[in-house]
Amino acid sequence: MSSKDAVSCAHSRWMESDGPESDVVVSSRVRVARNLTGIPFPHMLGPEKTKEVVNAVRLALNNEQFKAVAGESGLIHLSELSPVDRQILVDKHLISPDMLNDFQNKAVVMSQDETIVIMINEEDHLRMQCLLSGLQLTKAWEIINQVDDGLEQTIDFAFSEKLGYLTSCPTNVGTGLRASVMLHLPGLKLTRQLGGVLGATGKLGLTIRGLYGEGTEAVGDLFQISNQITLGQSEEEIIDNLISVSKQIMSQEQAARQVLYNNRREVIEDRVFRAYGILKHARILSSEEAMRLFSDLRLGLGLKAVTGIPAKLLNELMVKIRPAFMVKIAGREMSAYERDSFRAGLIRKELEI
Amino acid sequence: MLCESCGQRKATVHYTEIINGQKRESHLCEVCAGELHSQSFNFPPQLNLHHFLAGLLNHEFGESDYSIPAKSGKKCDKCGIVEEQFIKQGLLGCGDCYPYFGDKLQPLLRRIHGNNRHTGKVPVRTGGRARVVKEIEDLKSKLKTAVEHEEFELAVKYRDSIRALEGKLQHEGGEV
Repeated sequence: MSSKDAVSCAHSRWMESDGPESDVVVSSRVRVARNLTGIPFPHMLGPEKTKEVVNAVRLALNNEQFKAVAGESGLIHLSELSPVDRQILVDKHLISPDMLNDFQNKAVVMSQDETIVIMINEEDHLRMQCLLSGLQLTKAWEIINQVDDGLEQTIDFAFSEKLGYLTSCPTNVGTGLRASVMLHLPGLKLTRQLGGVLGATGKLGLTIRGLYGEGTEAVGDLFQISNQITLGQSEEEIIDNLISVSKQIMSQEQAARQVLYNNRREVIEDRVFRAYGILKHARILSSEEAMRLFSDLRLGLGLKAVTGIPAKLLNELMVKIRPAFMVKIAGREMSAYERDSFRAGLIRKELEI
Repeated sequence: MLCESCGQRKATVHYTEIINGQKRESHLCEVCAGELHSQSFNFPPQLNLHHFLAGLLNHEFGESDYSIPAKSGKKCDKCGIVEEQFIKQGLLGCGDCYPYFGDKLQPLLRRIHGNNRHTGKVPVRTGGRARVVKEIEDLKSKLKTAVEHEEFELAVKYRDSIRALEGKLQHEGGEV
C-alpha cells in the first residue's frame, strides 16, 4: 500500500461490484494460514522472536516470484497506525479483528489494490488473504496459491506429510484454507426461507453467520458462508464445494426476489423507494437503521427498480458510516448522538447523484 | 407500553429468555414478535469450533467434567507449552506439538474434520516425500482420464513418469 491510502479512503478493490454474480455475492475471500518451521506459534513468542517472523516476510517480499503476483507491497507495523486507522482496516475487511489484540507485534503486508493482504503474527505466523468482488473464489485461490509459492521461495513452512500445513489451532490444520463468500439475501428473508436454506448449508460442512450483528440477527441481510473443514479435502474440493453451495443459494435468492417483484411489485418498490427517500433526507440515522435501508436499496438496484446508484457506493458507505471512519473524516471523537447526525449528513451528501 | 422493536404498536407479547444465566426480557407487538419467531426458531445454532475446542480437548484428554485437569507437568520439548495451557487455550505451541500430542490429537482432528490425513497442497521446500507422493497421485488420475479417452500415447507417458517417480521414492527409502 500506501497505508495512508488504505486508511484514508473507504474504497477498496473488492467493493467495485464488477465481479460475477455481484447482485447477490458481494465478495469472495480465500485465506490460508502458514507458519515458519522451527519457530513457535505467535502466542508463544516474545517481541524479539516476533520480529524474526516479520523480517523473514520482509525479505520474501523482494523475491521476483512474489512480486510477479502481488506487485510492490508495503509492510506496515500495526503500531505505526493510530487506533482509528487500525479499526478502519478491520471495517474494510482487510484485516481480522484479532489483529487489534496485542497489535505491537503484528504487521501487515498489502498489495496496492488491497486485494492481497498478509497478516503477520495473528493466530498463525502468516495469514494470507485474497479478497475479490463477486463470486470469484477460484481466482482468489489461484492468486493466493501463487502468493504462497512466491513466499515459499525464501521461507520454510511448517508442514507434516500426514497432517499438511501445521497451524496454531487444530481447526485450521491441513490446507490451512478458509474460503468465504459474503451474500446479500433480502429475498430469502422477506419470503421467510432463510431458516431452511441456512440450516441446509450448515449440514454441508459449511458455517454461516450474519456479517454484522450478533447471534441470529444479520444486520443488512448480509451473510458470510465459509468452509469448516480444512483437513482431508484438497483446496480445490473445498473451493468447489463452497462455489456450488453459493450458486444454489444465489439462485434461490434470485428466484425469491423475482417472485416478490412479480407478485408484490408495488410493495417492494415502496420499500425500496422509502429506503431511498429516508437515506436521502433523514437527519439522524443509527448505523443499524442505515444498514437496513442500504439492504432495501441494494435490493432495488438488483431488481433494477432503482437505477443510477452504483452498488460500489453502497459498499463504500458501509465502511464510511462505521464510527472509526466518521472519526477520521470529522477529525474528532463524537458522542453517539453526534455520530447519528453526522452519519445522516454523510449519507445525504454521498447520495446527491 | 410500546413495542421495543418498532416503537409504534402496543406491546402485547412479553417473553423472558435466560441464556447462560443472563436474563433478558422483551416486550414486542404481535407483528414484530411474529418476525422474531420465524427468524430465531428456524435458525441453525451458531457453532464456533474455536469456542468448543477447549471443551473437546478436555474430553479427549480424559477429563469428562470439562474442568482443567490437575497439573500433569507434561510439556512439549520444543516450545515448552504444557498440556494444561494447550487444553485451556485450544492452541498448540509449535509445529512439534503435533507429533508430541499426537495420540490425543488424532481423535480430535477426526472429530473436527472427519478426517486425519492431508490431501491438499504440498510445499516444494518442506514437502519432502509427500510432494512426490502427491505428484504420483495426480499423474495416476491423469492416466485414468487418458485411458478413458483412449489417448494411449499420453497414457504411456504418464505411466512412465509414475514409474520413474515410484523408483525415486524407493531409492530414497525412508518413511512416507
